[in-house]
Amino acid sequence: MKSPSKTKKAAAPPRAAGADAPLILVVDDFADNRDMYARFLEYSGFRAATAANGEEALAQAFSLGPSLIVMDLSLPGLDGWEATRRLKKDPRTKSIPVVAVTGHAFTGSKESATEAGCDGYISKPCLPADLVSEIRRVLGGGRRKSKG
Amino acid sequence: MGRAAVTTPPRRASSLDDGRARLRAFPRSTTPAVEARLALAEILIGVDPGVDSAERCVEWLVEYAGAEQVVCLGLDLEQKRLSPIATHGIAPQAALPGGLDIEERAHPLVTALFGRRPVVFDGKREAGLLGVRSFAVPLYGLDRHEDVPVGLLVLAPMRSELVRDARWVADLLGHKLHRWRKLQSLLDSERRLRRERILLDAVPDPILLTDTEGRLLLANSRAQVLFAAAEHESEGRRRAVALNNMLFSSALAQLGVEEGPSARRELLLVDPVDGSDLLFELMNAVTSDSREGSVVVSILRNVTDLRRATEEIEEQYRKLRIAEVAARAERDRLDLVIDSVADPILVTDPAGSIVLMNAPAERLFVIPDGATEETTRRVAANDAHFSSFVSNVFFAGDAQRRHGGVGLIDPDTGANLPMEAVSGKILSEHGEVSAVVTILHDRTEEFEKQRLYEELKRASEQLEARIHEATIELVRRNELLERQRLELERASAAKSQFLANMSHEFRTPLNAIMGYTSMLQQGVFGDLIPEQKSHLQRVETNAQHLMAIINDILDISRIEAGRLPVHPSRFSLVELVAELLAEVQPLFARAKLEVKTDLERRLPPIQSDRPKLKQILLNLLTNAIKFTPKGSVTVAARRAGRKISVAVIDTGIGVSDKDQERIFDDFQQADNSPAREYGGVGLGLAICRRLALMLDSDLALKSRPGRGSTFTLTLPLRIGMR
Repeated sequence: MKSPSKTKKAAAPPRAAGADAPLILVVDDFADNRDMYARFLEYSGFRAATAANGEEALAQAFSLGPSLIVMDLSLPGLDGWEATRRLKKDPRTKSIPVVAVTGHAFTGSKESATEAGCDGYISKPCLPADLVSEIRRVLGGGRRKSKG
Repeated sequence: MGRAAVTTPPRRASSLDDGRARLRAFPRSTTPAVEARLALAEILIGVDPGVDSAERCVEWLVEYAGAEQVVCLGLDLEQKRLSPIATHGIAPQAALPGGLDIEERAHPLVTALFGRRPVVFDGKREAGLLGVRSFAVPLYGLDRHEDVPVGLLVLAPMRSELVRDARWVADLLGHKLHRWRKLQSLLDSERRLRRERILLDAVPDPILLTDTEGRLLLANSRAQVLFAAAEHESEGRRRAVALNNMLFSSALAQLGVEEGPSARRELLLVDPVDGSDLLFELMNAVTSDSREGSVVVSILRNVTDLRRATEEIEEQYRKLRIAEVAARAERDRLDLVIDSVADPILVTDPAGSIVLMNAPAERLFVIPDGATEETTRRVAANDAHFSSFVSNVFFAGDAQRRHGGVGLIDPDTGANLPMEAVSGKILSEHGEVSAVVTILHDRTEEFEKQRLYEELKRASEQLEARIHEATIELVRRNELLERQRLELERASAAKSQFLANMSHEFRTPLNAIMGYTSMLQQGVFGDLIPEQKSHLQRVETNAQHLMAIINDILDISRIEAGRLPVHPSRFSLVELVAELLAEVQPLFARAKLEVKTDLERRLPPIQSDRPKLKQILLNLLTNAIKFTPKGSVTVAARRAGRKISVAVIDTGIGVSDKDQERIFDDFQQADNSPAREYGGVGLGLAICRRLALMLDSDLALKSRPGRGSTFTLTLPLRIGMR
């Protein structure tokens, strides 16, 4: 388990990108993965924000209103399923698509993710390019990546 | 006086007129005598011939002719005896008591009877009936110009006047008595005829007298019923009679006319009264009569009833025979049944005697030939015991059956035979006990079994006690095992959880490694020189290898943790193979291997767990690609009865016999170097085998080093629901 305190940037603000680029909130307790996905999303033309746990994810979602949330389901404390359920219950965030990402062998079933309200599902290992493909699929797929 | 003195002219006339004429011939001087004679004649006309006439004559002789003693003797021609009819001057008892046999020719009275002339008994020869001074005048009647003696008048005293009168009376009386005798004989024959008629009619059989032509001369009443009908009788009856006459004549004609009795024969006639058939036995006798000529006497005996009775008797006899045969068969069957029963069976009569027994009973109750004294004694003892039991049955009152024990002895060995006896009474129609049937059942074996059973029971109880102890021990051990099992399960679950966690922990950093590598290769962080690219390629390959290992471990731990339940469904194997080949096509292309299929046509759909079967086949295919440097990989499928075999055949490096034995074990590869060379940690086949087991299937390998390998999965057409 990684505690949020160990991460360098627990709640990073959106990085510079096209102001009209979709904002993707990446929730993952493992900092390297979180940063890697955020880095590749920006490379792919999205704006990216990150959260290291469930509470942060909820706070970021409410304050930033991202276009899509990439949710690691196995989170310390408030886990991904619960965070998703709360997001989907809140009128401010319920329309935001959630793509679940799980690396856990036994508990991360696609069914449980769908049940919690997730719109997409990806299992680890997941290459950054594959994640972007899934995000584009969920968002409607029409958008081409643009150099930010 | 000499006999000549009383001689009278021979008399012929016997009629009254003759008498009168003779009276007239007497001299006038004797008028009173003539009147007296006339009176007698008149008297005789009025009285019956016979005794009355004789008495009148005797009276007259005494009264008018001066006779002192008179005896009138009558001759009975049949008896040939002279006996008194009327007497005077002598007691009737004294006059010839018992009569006189006329065969005694020398007797003076007999001589006088046949002498035709008056005879004087002068005492010189014999006294006669009335002593000396008596005389006798024979009495004759005239019949067909022949004088027949009818009696004798004996008178006394001997006087010429009396002789004269006596002769006159004798003529008169002789004639009268002759008529009387004739009348008597006529009456006699009439009586005889009547009696014969009665006799004839009394005979129950019809009797007929016919001439030889069959014309009826005489018939008794029975015969008349059959053969005679009067005019006034009914038409039917007359016809029947005519028919009977015809039948009878015909029978008689066939008989022939031979004297003497003939053979008996049957004659069928009709009863004129009711028209029924009557069967007679006909007996004929032809006899000759001087006056009638040849006549036939026929006697008919009604044998209708006899015949009917005979037939009935025959029928009865026949039925009796059938019944007897049936009874005998029944009896034989019964004997067979009784003899086939292994238990002794005895039938006893009310006297207590055994009337029937089967062979097993005979062994106990009959002294065999040449038996020893001991055997004889044992049989006697058996008999006594049995008799005692049976007599109790007879006196047991209303109970129909009686159960009991009888202790018998084997006559040969002397062994005790405890017998169970069941007796049943056989009741006659009147409810009396007519017999008792007893069945004996040897209980020796039963007792022995009982004893063995007791022993067995004891042994069983001991065993049970031991089992009980053992069970307690077992329970204790089971509890221990259960505790251990739970501990093991907990440990296993912990291990699986650990492995799952570990794989997650492995994956998370590996995800970052692979992600950053991928980004570097894509040039996210700027262009790379070729050497850097090449090194990054190595990083990627090793990361993928590591990921494969982690996935395999994860699969094994999933299976062992029971996280992979079987979900059977119905699907087409052909479609599954096509789907698989499409998925691995890029791998074949990269390895430059030819891929072939050899699927039997019309393979039926199967019922199995599709994802698991797919995983097995995918593993086998990737395995084949991995270990086949060049050539081809073939997927073949065949049906064999209730099973289907799917084979993955490659032209690869093959597996040695030694390695074939352990190739399916966990973490095994043929040897270390290929593993290093071809990648993988050797968990693929172990997973395949585990999955195959879950699908009730068998995974087998045939291979020779350098000649390729054939992995064959044999799975049932249907697997059961789990």
